[in-house]
Amino acid sequence: MTQNEIAISVKGLKKSYKNVRVLTGVDFEVRTGSIFALLGSNGAGKTTIVKVLATLLKQDSGDVTVNGFDVLSKPENVRQSISLTGQSAAVDEVLTGRENLIMIARLWHLKHPPQVADDLLKRFGLTDAADRRASTYSGGMRRRLDIAMSLVGRSPLIFLDEPTTGLDPEARIEVWKIIKELAGSGTTVFLTTQYLEEVEQLADRIAILHKGEIIVSGTLAELKKLFPPAQVEYIEKQPTLEEIFLAIIGKKKEK
Amino acid sequence: METTKNYFFSDMAVMLGRSMRHILRSMDTIITVTIMPIALMLLFVYVLGGAIQSGTDNYVNYLLPGILLIAVANSVGYVSFRLFSDVQRGIFERFHSMPIARSAALWGHVLTSLLSNVISIAVIILVALIMGFRSPAGVLSWLSVAGILALFTLTLTWIAAIAGLSASSVDGASAIAYPIHFLPLISSAFVPTRSMPSGVRAFAENQPVTSIVETIRALLANQPVGSKIWVAIAWCAGIMLVAYFFAMRAYKKREAR
Repeated sequence: MTQNEIAISVKGLKKSYKNVRVLTGVDFEVRTGSIFALLGSNGAGKTTIVKVLATLLKQDSGDVTVNGFDVLSKPENVRQSISLTGQSAAVDEVLTGRENLIMIARLWHLKHPPQVADDLLKRFGLTDAADRRASTYSGGMRRRLDIAMSLVGRSPLIFLDEPTTGLDPEARIEVWKIIKELAGSGTTVFLTTQYLEEVEQLADRIAILHKGEIIVSGTLAELKKLFPPAQVEYIEKQPTLEEIFLAIIGKKKEK
Repeated sequence: METTKNYFFSDMAVMLGRSMRHILRSMDTIITVTIMPIALMLLFVYVLGGAIQSGTDNYVNYLLPGILLIAVANSVGYVSFRLFSDVQRGIFERFHSMPIARSAALWGHVLTSLLSNVISIAVIILVALIMGFRSPAGVLSWLSVAGILALFTLTLTWIAAIAGLSASSVDGASAIAYPIHFLPLISSAFVPTRSMPSGVRAFAENQPVTSIVETIRALLANQPVGSKIWVAIAWCAGIMLVAYFFAMRAYKKREAR
């Protein structure tokens, strides 16, 4: 891989909070234009990694470069080339959806903030709710606005820290669609999640973080090879509750 | 680096516009910082004023400086609250991961506090004028009054910032407002200190609000301010520097988390 093809490179990343060692030596690389999923249980250190990559937190040791820039010596360049969607949907609830987007567009010093806002509202199906305060939005709408705000700067790399946590199944599928479209248009997506299904649906490459270390990484196919081959069992395939739920909702909508 | 510096003021303007909207869309804030001080002024002048011996023929003239300080004191609880929610909701994280000056997010709140107080003070003075407030003060005195009020606002704002940035709950963030509310009440803001019992009087005469109130009162009445103005400035500047230091420390600590 040449330098241009690597969006994120992390070598020997360590971070402790007081006496708690959160990251004990993390290594991984993310290829430009791919969807990279960091999988781990709560408290595994996923958010800490995202914060280091997004220059919100300084590592204790290790080399971390994002889009070719060192996070410690060139944080300004890193921020210029990334967007962060944090764990809590960081939208301003007092402002309307449109005002939120215009605010971010002005902070990116774009030419026509209202136009940028209009385009994103349309793309994320928020046009009807554009002039309502974000506090009136549902969880899914809020998350869509949150992601839209992250796309304002047209960053080549976007971090999504547990983007679907707390969303209902429909909203989750919408977010998945957005992520797929993003990657389709060449944006590198760094995703953290605790949902295995999300990883199967989206990720090109997967890394599993456990107790401060990456214990395995690779493509889904590679990961599957690491484990004993699937046993063939004959069982009646019952629909999952999620499938039932979505089927009913889908029918309702068609009516 | 250069880009963020070039845009510092326009970024600040965005931040300012954002939190001014927060104030203008919160009826609660408007009532507490403008309507309540005006109601207090009406109450003191038209209900209690007749019985108060302030030593001036025009009680509104006596009362106004204290009312202005109360308006400022009432407003800073909201500064804590707004800062706290920004930290809590991850808004600061979003700003900090963007290519804008890190301090813009915090200074936006400080400027908002200053600007919103300018507006509410102007409204209160207007009402006072209707109620019969008159001042022979010249431009220079008015500018001094503005300067002292700005200094007082900044001092309380930085104290509030410490609470907003380091609190772990919304109640904790807003609790800072209560002791601040009390200071103008135990001062010469409403009545001269000479009628108070000796212990209270000693406190009232030596706490910051009294020197600030009396400085503003003297300036507005076109009387010599004497050393009061320096005591007032020293109080504000001293407390502000300490508060600024601790607020910045809390801000950096938040950043490192």
